[in-house]
Amino acid sequence: MTTPSKPGINRRTTLALMGAGAFTAATPWVARAQAKTIKIGMPTILSGRVAQLGTSSRNAVMIEVEKINAAGGLAGRQIEMVIRDSKGQPQEAARIARELVNTDGCEMLIDGEASSGSFAVHEVARDIGVLCIHTCSEASSLTADPKQHIPNAFRCVRQGIHDSIAGGNYAAGIAKAKGLKKWATCSPDYAYGRDTTAEFVTYLKHFAPDVEIISETWPKLFQPDYTETVTKILQAKPQALYSALWGGDLTSYIDQANIYAMFTQMEVFAVNMADYTALTVVKNLPKGIHSGNRYIKTFPATAENAAWGDAYKAKYKEYPTNWSWQNATAMMFLSEAVKKVNSTDGKKVAEALTGLTIKCPFGADGTVTMRADDHTLIGYAIGWGTTIPTEPYVPDVQSGDWKQILALEAEWKKSKGYT
Amino acid sequence: MDLDALIGCFASSACVVTQTTSGLIIGMLLFLVAVGLTLIFGVLKIVNFSHGAFYMFGAYFALTGYQLTGSFTLAMLCGAVGTAVIGLIFERVFISRVYGRDVLMQLLVCYAFVLIFDDTVKLIWGPEFKSMGMPDAFRVPPWFIAGGIVPPFYVLLIAVALAVAALLGIGLARSRLGKVIRAAAQNPDMVSSLGINTAVIYGSVFALGCGLAGLAGALAAPVRSMTPGMGFSVLIESFIVTVIGGMGSILGALIGALLIGLIRSFGSLGFPLFTDGLMYLFMVIILVARPTGLFGKDVA
Repeated sequence: MTTPSKPGINRRTTLALMGAGAFTAATPWVARAQAKTIKIGMPTILSGRVAQLGTSSRNAVMIEVEKINAAGGLAGRQIEMVIRDSKGQPQEAARIARELVNTDGCEMLIDGEASSGSFAVHEVARDIGVLCIHTCSEASSLTADPKQHIPNAFRCVRQGIHDSIAGGNYAAGIAKAKGLKKWATCSPDYAYGRDTTAEFVTYLKHFAPDVEIISETWPKLFQPDYTETVTKILQAKPQALYSALWGGDLTSYIDQANIYAMFTQMEVFAVNMADYTALTVVKNLPKGIHSGNRYIKTFPATAENAAWGDAYKAKYKEYPTNWSWQNATAMMFLSEAVKKVNSTDGKKVAEALTGLTIKCPFGADGTVTMRADDHTLIGYAIGWGTTIPTEPYVPDVQSGDWKQILALEAEWKKSKGYT
Repeated sequence: MDLDALIGCFASSACVVTQTTSGLIIGMLLFLVAVGLTLIFGVLKIVNFSHGAFYMFGAYFALTGYQLTGSFTLAMLCGAVGTAVIGLIFERVFISRVYGRDVLMQLLVCYAFVLIFDDTVKLIWGPEFKSMGMPDAFRVPPWFIAGGIVPPFYVLLIAVALAVAALLGIGLARSRLGKVIRAAAQNPDMVSSLGINTAVIYGSVFALGCGLAGLAGALAAPVRSMTPGMGFSVLIESFIVTVIGGMGSILGALIGALLIGLIRSFGSLGFPLFTDGLMYLFMVIILVARPTGLFGKDVA
């Protein structure tokens, strides 16, 4: 005799349904994976002093999204960007990243955060396993440190160590040619400023061993007045100055140093000068400041790069920034990776991204590569040149040598215990 | 710590001139902001936490004035007068409602307007930073005095700040309006009973204080980049100045600002990693030795 089953669902079915429900609730990007559109989440900085960079990141992403959607979308699915303001706060960036995936149903993340926020978003990506491309953090350790490595995260950004090697080599050449042995530094007093300056000095001394640092100044981030740092540097009488100041801080510094005629008394190397955010704002841009390229439409000097810069300007009535090209490149990578596997499945796309080389207007040789072993961008246009007060602002940029950059980067990784 | 650099500086006239001028520049801009703050507190008994926002408005008004007219004199006027008008409206519509209320309420109102003013600037001028650039008249090589470097623009800045200090000092001490203001600060009820409209006095003082912050912003505009929220750091240093000088004292604001300027200027040579710390340490020492500040009066 069989026991008649009770109407409704039994305990086992209830548990199974609850389990499935809990899984669905916890991993909505899986449940919604086959929706007609694909949502991509993007935490970035849309308010505060860095808002211009976050806005330019959003603009660049949207330019590429329009192109991808016009061409049929990602594996036939139209992209819908969900972009939120983190206000530059790491905890807010992490919260938003989690919410974008768990509540909004985003299947991928473009992390448009500065370094501090990127590390927070990286931990969210590690936790929930969503595909994530960092597009703004230049802190080398984000991908160089193997402890940070996760299979679903990539960094599509220039790296501090690459800039330092290229900059150190360029500056050493000028130092030898002009006999610049006494150097001073003036960089913002936080992780980026200190790390970048230390790396630059390391490689400057590597290529020009008789260089000596005779003065260091570390103004606070967003400090309004630099008078005391300007006069301190003038007292030290260096032959050259290196600075990692950026954005409004750099333009303030230039305005304040200009009236002390500082730029006639020493060679100045400002890694972040050649970005339109600074170039177009400084009214009396001194001739002859040495700078690393950030984004300028004339380097690389290709029709593709110029066309991209012009299209951006035509659409948004201002030039793109360093963050713009990085975000645009991330979308280009995503598009190519999806094409390669004909799927928007995060795991498959991550596999396709690993080691992928794509054609790109911002590549040193017209291509860029997502390096397989540490999921970071290489091969992008990198170089240094000197400023003039009008367009094209940095007419002759000397390209960095990627062979040399990669060789020295490998040594640097070893010295840090990363390999 | 680099005491050799500091001692070496005192042995060189060039260094002393450059660093002293640098201290005066830092101090004089701070003075213009702090004197408005201290004036408002002295008369209205309001700690205006939104004062930094008026410095910001001054810079942006000056930028627009300069772009429209090409004259830095008119730009300064735009900065000072425009900010004074906003200050007057702010005082009449909002601040006048929290006179005599506890400091927390005043703080909340002021802080709310810091956010509102920052967003207003963002809406009108945009979120990105702006730069005015040095006016043509001051795009000249710096002067060399006893080997020290002195930029002509900074001489103007110091002169304007000193003129403001003198006018304020003489105006408050000698003019009829000054006497009424001082009387209103001491006993507003008595002033009111004499048939003097204290609301006008309060509005004028608040507008004057804000106008001075606006003038500071306008003077700083050619050398400092402008961003929404730029008034915050200036506000903190202005509070330090008013605490050192004594809340409500104009002379105290002047001396406090000059001391802070010189500490920053010479401190950056001898204590490059502790320049901000020196400023706070000095404030603590003053507070311990003289809790009302150098020129403050005991409330009791």
